[in-house]
Amino acid sequence: MVNVKVNLGGLEMPTFLATASGTFGYGFEYVGAVDYSKLGAVTAKGIRVEPWPGNEIPRHAEVPGGLVNAIGLQGTGVEHFLKYTVPWYRQQVKGVPLIANIWGASVEGYAEVAAKMGDAVDAVEMNVSCPNVKAGGHTFGQDPKVLAEVVSAVRKATKLPLIVKLAPNVPSIVPYVKACEDAGADALSMINTIPAMVIDIEKRVPVLANVTGGLSGRGIHPAAVKLVHDAHKATKLPILAMGGVYEPKDAIEFFLAGATAVAVGTATFSNPGVVAEVYDGVVAYCERHGFASVSDLTGALA
Amino acid sequence: MIDEKCKVIEHRELGSGYRFISFDAPKIAEGAIPGQFVHVRVPALETSALRRPFSIFNAEGGRLELLYKTIGRGTAAFNAVKPGDIVSVLGPLGHGFPLKCNGAALLVGGGFGVAPLYFLARRLLARALGTSAAKPHESTSEAKAPIVKLFVGGRTKNDLLALDRFEALGVEVHAATNDGSFGTNGLVTDPLDDELIRIKTAGEKFELFACGPDPMLKAVALRATGTKSKGWISMDRHMVCGVGACYACIQKTVRGNSRCCIEGPVFAAEDLVW
Repeated sequence: MVNVKVNLGGLEMPTFLATASGTFGYGFEYVGAVDYSKLGAVTAKGIRVEPWPGNEIPRHAEVPGGLVNAIGLQGTGVEHFLKYTVPWYRQQVKGVPLIANIWGASVEGYAEVAAKMGDAVDAVEMNVSCPNVKAGGHTFGQDPKVLAEVVSAVRKATKLPLIVKLAPNVPSIVPYVKACEDAGADALSMINTIPAMVIDIEKRVPVLANVTGGLSGRGIHPAAVKLVHDAHKATKLPILAMGGVYEPKDAIEFFLAGATAVAVGTATFSNPGVVAEVYDGVVAYCERHGFASVSDLTGALA
Repeated sequence: MIDEKCKVIEHRELGSGYRFISFDAPKIAEGAIPGQFVHVRVPALETSALRRPFSIFNAEGGRLELLYKTIGRGTAAFNAVKPGDIVSVLGPLGHGFPLKCNGAALLVGGGFGVAPLYFLARRLLARALGTSAAKPHESTSEAKAPIVKLFVGGRTKNDLLALDRFEALGVEVHAATNDGSFGTNGLVTDPLDDELIRIKTAGEKFELFACGPDPMLKAVALRATGTKSKGWISMDRHMVCGVGACYACIQKTVRGNSRCCIEGPVFAAEDLVW
């Protein structure tokens, strides 16, 4: 029997497999189609203090090897989330920890939503790929100093395991990893989508109403593996890796590059069965290669 | 909702790019409600990011039937599916039409928008007759049968689909084509408006049920909004997950940005914001 449990910065995950924020609603939408017994955590869709309408449609474009989306973080706000969404999730899904993904337009906004979560959820993941309205719209995740500031503020606001989801579009991930470490983060998650754009050449207009969006899916997987590898070399913080996990091989690559846990995302849209397929395949790999525990795979490059 | 591995029974061209496909899908067929849809993993597109959504044309005796038009890369790839193939079908999904109707049920379809209306007509008639399938010719209490009429529009007569199946149910069919090749020369709202004038003059009750292109849906919705008659509008927005998880397929409603896949695809006319 392979030990499938992992510890992600204090979050005890019953299995090594999670779902990525934005691809799995608030966690209960896939009941009936996904084998939840194989999930170690569900990451809910991004939540901020106030409700947020998101972008106009079109919000997505299918491209070879992936999906470009600009949903725009539509959400009901933290009060509704705590009053209705979390209780409904707990009723529908038993035994799978819930990670709240949070965002804000200011440092204070992040801290407030984190504080309001109390202990209603099992961990907090920060989306730092949002524009800082007070600092001219520059994203929090693209300046190590600003990143340290917002992570510190959230650290003070919550006792929950704190995961920071890093943006991939930086020259080197290392200063960002260090900033998170110094500011008290418990874990990293990576990667967020890669900024992208699709144009309708007949109409000569951007396909997305938001003009630009984020690329996810198969195509981004090797880029994500590289960033996980870079980050793992620079820190002892555990990493929740995501980006183009469609089959067991993709998850195993992440573990070998340094991940502690892995999430499926866009693959779920075409195949909700990906959860069971990846779980079973990783366990079979461990058996075949003599790993007693999935956690032994972390950084186990020969 | 289930991800069912379904065997293709029949798949044929109906002409003008329209196709009919049926699956052995006992689990999905059992729970399906008219107006709901299924999300199909197109085999030749399995490395692609998304499934393709299709309205349920009929679900009966463990069979799932779809009617679709080849319009893009996904449906073109779907053409290659052959009888005997196994296809992953996620469903039944979304909120369908209500199956109670106060007065006459006026069904309004444009092009392949008739697909969910056939399933609806069959269920409305079956419900009134107290049978699991609509067999009006076997009914002994003719007076109990509800009035179900279909108003169908298309560019040409080749865009009017499955009329024989509606007629076999005993549904009165009123057609309109843009080129006058069949029925009224004009829009589907032309014969519909004639009926609405007649029905209102007679003081009768009715509800509208519509599926088709957006301009037609708006025209139908506006004929119900602000009246005592309900309108039920099946919207079509490009979908990603199909289960309410991704928030891509937004339809503006009085509640804000609603998800077409789970809060719809059937919306009350009065809730829609155009």
